[in-house]
Amino acid sequence: MFTRRDFLKSAGIAAAGGTMLGGLSACTTTGSASRGHVVIVGGGYGGATTAKYLRMWSKGTVDVTLIERNPAFISCPISNLVIGGIKQMEDITVGYDGLKSKWGVRLITDEVTAVDTAKRTVATARNGTLDYDRLVLSPGIDFIPDAVAGLDGNQERIPHAWKAGPQTVLLRRQLQDMADGGVFALHVPKAPYRCPPGPYERACVVADYLRRAKPRSKVLVLDANAEIQSKKALFTKAFESYGSLIEYVPNSELRGVDVATLTAELEFDSVKADVLNVIPPMRAGSIAIEAGLPLINGRWVDIDWLTMGAKGVPGVHVLGDALFPAPTMPKSGHMANQHGKVAAAAILNLFEGIAPNPAPVVMNTCYSFVDGTNVIHVASVHQYDAEKRQPMPVQGAGGVSAAASEIEGKAALAWARNIWADMLA
Amino acid sequence: MNPKHALAMLGLVGLSAAAQAQDPNLARNLAATCANCHGTNGRSVGGMASLAGEAQDKLMQALSDFKSGDRPATIMHQIVKGYTDEQLKLITAWYAAQD
Repeated sequence: MFTRRDFLKSAGIAAAGGTMLGGLSACTTTGSASRGHVVIVGGGYGGATTAKYLRMWSKGTVDVTLIERNPAFISCPISNLVIGGIKQMEDITVGYDGLKSKWGVRLITDEVTAVDTAKRTVATARNGTLDYDRLVLSPGIDFIPDAVAGLDGNQERIPHAWKAGPQTVLLRRQLQDMADGGVFALHVPKAPYRCPPGPYERACVVADYLRRAKPRSKVLVLDANAEIQSKKALFTKAFESYGSLIEYVPNSELRGVDVATLTAELEFDSVKADVLNVIPPMRAGSIAIEAGLPLINGRWVDIDWLTMGAKGVPGVHVLGDALFPAPTMPKSGHMANQHGKVAAAAILNLFEGIAPNPAPVVMNTCYSFVDGTNVIHVASVHQYDAEKRQPMPVQGAGGVSAAASEIEGKAALAWARNIWADMLA
Repeated sequence: MNPKHALAMLGLVGLSAAAQAQDPNLARNLAATCANCHGTNGRSVGGMASLAGEAQDKLMQALSDFKSGDRPATIMHQIVKGYTDEQLKLITAWYAAQD
């Protein structure tokens, strides 16, 4: 897998060099047909989808530059299966070649260092400063500094694996290296956090691995919340099926960690682990906060849901996990993809001088593996409510699986193939 | 001159009022909410049904059967209830018109 990643990395850097030159002469290379230049920061589920749909729906008449720090897309959904040993990193890695060659997206593999929303510029570490007509920030999440005493700077020893990539590989390796009889402790932060069912899925697939490889071991789920946050009845049933392999402890907010002994310090207790996987409290990706966008609770970006526009900041659209969610709207890759389409449609309307779609609809599907093959889902549909000025879940629609099944296991993997193609191919 | 002024000069001011009521790309936008699973423009890359080019009647019947429970499903019976019949008609007409 390192060979492939190294290859993608070098390919990405080479491509960035090419786009840097293209970027300098953007006005001449794209001709007079261009209706505007959209810069997108973040090539995950939200940003990549926006890039493709802007190019597709505008028939190439809008210039799109996508700035992404990683040379290839690595999916968070399905990454728990890598930790469980069922999938490999290459199974969740997709290149950006389709966006470049098929859709004409200008890709810059780089870090954004600053956003100036007054001057409408984005500064990068190695590719200078870019002007934009409209900016789309799809920055995902970052962890809140100092939220857990002793944790900052120790993610090699205490991985989060909540951004797929090297952290995923690291947690897999720690799990493999753990002796039989060990304790894999997993901390779930208070909601809202990225991927509500994700921690419980991780507990299941880790337990599934331990059941086969190290049956005297245990998964200890330390949940800061009072209860399981998604598909509660189904996950409760799944946890029960693992017997003593999974112990679920609600109301277990993490106060600190001791890095040397891998001890989780809770309010009234402390727990020593052999592998300590802490998903820390999180907020909107740092670039959204540094750009001075309006935040709710100091953590999540406040937007106008008709345009996905940051409130009071003209020309800036924000997507995905970074948002203060509408009622019951999860922070999921699927939802970020839907946000991207709403943003792309709104931006094209605004370039045309017409109002954004007054009735956007978004929907969500999240599949979770409860072992290597059986899967459960939660689904919802959200229609824009003009009075409440936000999408509201349609009552009587959506829901969860009747039971875990192999049919849905196949559906989950087909979902992944199709959504990765919908954003990148 | 911005496009809004251009429309006004062409005597098409009424269009913007119509756009308030319904977006000119409403069907396209609604159909795109299905693409995560069913593929961009309804062309699945595998494991899910392709919708592109399917007859509207056939698609509407399938959705209606999901809604009523006549057609067994793992998830579509829940998703279809989130859309109005008018929206489903727009979506199915749009997919029927794809290659």
